[in-house]
Amino acid sequence: MLTPIKSVQGKSLIGARTLTAIPFAMLGGLALAAFLTCSARAEETHNPLAADPKAAKAGEFEFRINCAFCHGLGARGGGRGPDLTRAHKRHGDSDADLFQNISQGIPGTVMPANGTNGQGVGMTDDEIWQIIAYLRSVQVQAPIKPIGNAAHGQELFYGDANCSSCHMVEGKGGRLGPDLTTVGTARTVESLVESVRTPSKRLAWGLTESTKEFAQEYETVTVVTPDGHEIKGVILNEDQFSLQMMDTAEHIHLFEKDKLRSMHKSRDSLMPVYNPTILSDQDLNDIIAYLLSVVTK
Amino acid sequence: MSAAITNTTMNKLPGICTLLLVCCVLVGEMQAQVTFERLLNASNEPQNWLTYSGDYAGRRFSTLDQVNKTNVHSLTAKWVYQTAATGKFETTPLVVDGILYATAQDDRAFALDARTGRPIWLFQHPLPSDIRPCCGRVNRGLAILGDKVFLGTLDAHVIALDAKTGNVMWDVVAVDYKEGYSFTLSPLAVKNEVILGVSGGEYGIRGFIDAYDADTGQRKWRFYTVPGPGEPGHDTWEGDSWKIGGAPAWNTGVYDPGSKQLFWPTGNPSPSNRGEGRAGDNLYSNSLLALDADTGKLNWYFQFTKHDEHDWDATQVPIMIDSGDKHLIAQANRNGFFYVLDRATGKLISANAYSRTTWTDSKDAEGRPVANDRSSPTPEGRTVCPGALGATNWMSPSFDSRTGLFYVTAREQCDIFSTAPQPYDVGHAYYGSAYFPSDKAEPYWGALRAIDPASGEVKWEFRHLSPTWSGVLTTAGGLLFTGDAEGNFIALDASSGKPLWHFQMGGAVYASPMAFAIDGKEYVAIAAGSSLYAFGLP
Repeated sequence: MLTPIKSVQGKSLIGARTLTAIPFAMLGGLALAAFLTCSARAEETHNPLAADPKAAKAGEFEFRINCAFCHGLGARGGGRGPDLTRAHKRHGDSDADLFQNISQGIPGTVMPANGTNGQGVGMTDDEIWQIIAYLRSVQVQAPIKPIGNAAHGQELFYGDANCSSCHMVEGKGGRLGPDLTTVGTARTVESLVESVRTPSKRLAWGLTESTKEFAQEYETVTVVTPDGHEIKGVILNEDQFSLQMMDTAEHIHLFEKDKLRSMHKSRDSLMPVYNPTILSDQDLNDIIAYLLSVVTK
Repeated sequence: MSAAITNTTMNKLPGICTLLLVCCVLVGEMQAQVTFERLLNASNEPQNWLTYSGDYAGRRFSTLDQVNKTNVHSLTAKWVYQTAATGKFETTPLVVDGILYATAQDDRAFALDARTGRPIWLFQHPLPSDIRPCCGRVNRGLAILGDKVFLGTLDAHVIALDAKTGNVMWDVVAVDYKEGYSFTLSPLAVKNEVILGVSGGEYGIRGFIDAYDADTGQRKWRFYTVPGPGEPGHDTWEGDSWKIGGAPAWNTGVYDPGSKQLFWPTGNPSPSNRGEGRAGDNLYSNSLLALDADTGKLNWYFQFTKHDEHDWDATQVPIMIDSGDKHLIAQANRNGFFYVLDRATGKLISANAYSRTTWTDSKDAEGRPVANDRSSPTPEGRTVCPGALGATNWMSPSFDSRTGLFYVTAREQCDIFSTAPQPYDVGHAYYGSAYFPSDKAEPYWGALRAIDPASGEVKWEFRHLSPTWSGVLTTAGGLLFTGDAEGNFIALDASSGKPLWHFQMGGAVYASPMAFAIDGKEYVAIAAGSSLYAFGLP
């Protein structure tokens, strides 16, 4: 059995070096070409299709196929992606910024690079410009009207409403729930209201598997450890065989599932329901105004 | 004999080394030749994995039994090969006499020492910047015949590489990629032909299956999966819709040496999620085709989903199953049903749901599930199960004749399908629709399901935390291997579904496993993340 391997291996040692050199040289050429292409596009500061009336319509189709899964049918956002009709966008609003973000994705977020995620199709440069034309056509020109008193909202967030016992904003607050520093741009106002009034209706949404590493859903979990302790908290990460969780005192626990006495998952959020008798509509608006102010200041 | 030749002995014995080296080279030459007879009798050489599905029947079953239920707990990683590429890594390697051949993202191909994972050669096809891959810059593998391996590319080339060097032997253009065509599948080598089906159902292509002469690259036949004027089935298309009717054939079919027929599955009609403008059954979309392997002539067809509006490609690998005097072919279809057909006639024998389905309430006279009137997409959107990615997808199923079970990776996901009328524009995405997760739906999940082909009954399932894109391998060791979206490679008892072993690979699996042996040692290999892993006993 060993014979052919040795002989083929031995014979091709020199050849292997030569051959690897060729494709690597070729790769170098490709990389350079790709770099030059990207550079040319990055230098394009204005949408070349901006004056084309058909571009926005074509861009709407492309948007539906490629973007609407997270950003919603009308680009108004959803539980996953930001409202793109807002003039202010956290990661830039120039044509060049938008092209870059669509083309290359946004590191540190679930926004994937064009064509890499299996959601939608790989777009050509022209198709990306069509999408930008579409976004311009639906963009709300006026800045968002303040919906409440941000200063009062901040007081509530860190005070009576007790949000900060579980949520962090700009490094200050609790760890059990999602960090809300960027939630003002990442989610629509409607989505924020829903999350406060009916937190279990929709947990922080998971995404498709391709971006699963970001998809902490803050499911509630209760385990009984091998020595009989019951621990309740949120799931940090989980696979078929292991569980990472944070308990309500912010302790991290790492378990092998088969060693646990029991494990129970629930989509009833640990976040309390803030109904209008606990938190008035005006106070809620103030808190949302605060969250918006954090990302638009 | 020549196993004894090491560099050391060669240095010590210069007098005989030349002679022996010639012998070695000759042995190497002989071993490199993969004849059609070897492909036909692949089960005689279980140490090798000669075709995408391991045999012409599509079973993805290995008769190797060294790794078995009693020792699988000690299985360990033997080597890891990293592609240095990003994106989904969907390959199934081939192994021939100790050399592993595989593809990677962006139309890379490579040969490795299957014992060490060290590369022998690397090849990358230079791709234009404006290719149209619908679903990632992926490739699922090579075919091998003679001294060549064969690659279909994202810019619709068919390329033959020298198996020893990776040198290009021939390179032909099947069709203009700018119109939305591409190849992502592992070709199938049959006789002296290389068979490929085209991708592009998201771009309003006209699908086809091609056969190329393995020596020259000359095209021997093409079967258009959408019939032209005057051909049978043409009247199942409204007006000129046939010209952009889709029906790609983007996954690898199987070959029946008895009848000398290919059984090749086809995908969705275009636009994928909007039926308006293409009234009719839309033949031969979402069908299984029985084609004469020599001529590409259609002998019979069976259409699983007529006039599809949910992107339910029927491109899943079908498996030929012989039971007594019955010659069957079975497919777990993306529409949620498990179909068994008579492969002599294409007649439907049974169709049973293996996942949640809401699109049908009844069957026609042949026993085929018929779409109800609540599932057609509307502008406002309708929730339908399975969702747009289907109850399964391209990940390979497996059939183990010892357990008698058909194993499939299933996905439980419902989606809202809404229409988005869209004009056709050459080379641009052409869906006619968008789909969304349903707010009301429970989180997606997945399962490995074991189906009894005789009854269509799901005998057991192994639930995955989330849906996986991993296919399935079964072995004579009584084992089933599969991967998950969280990066685990898992061995189950193929009889019961009980998990016996797992290994965290650090990247999601978008591939189907395979098995091979060298020096009498069994290996199981699978791609995960951007790495190819080989496992064996300590």
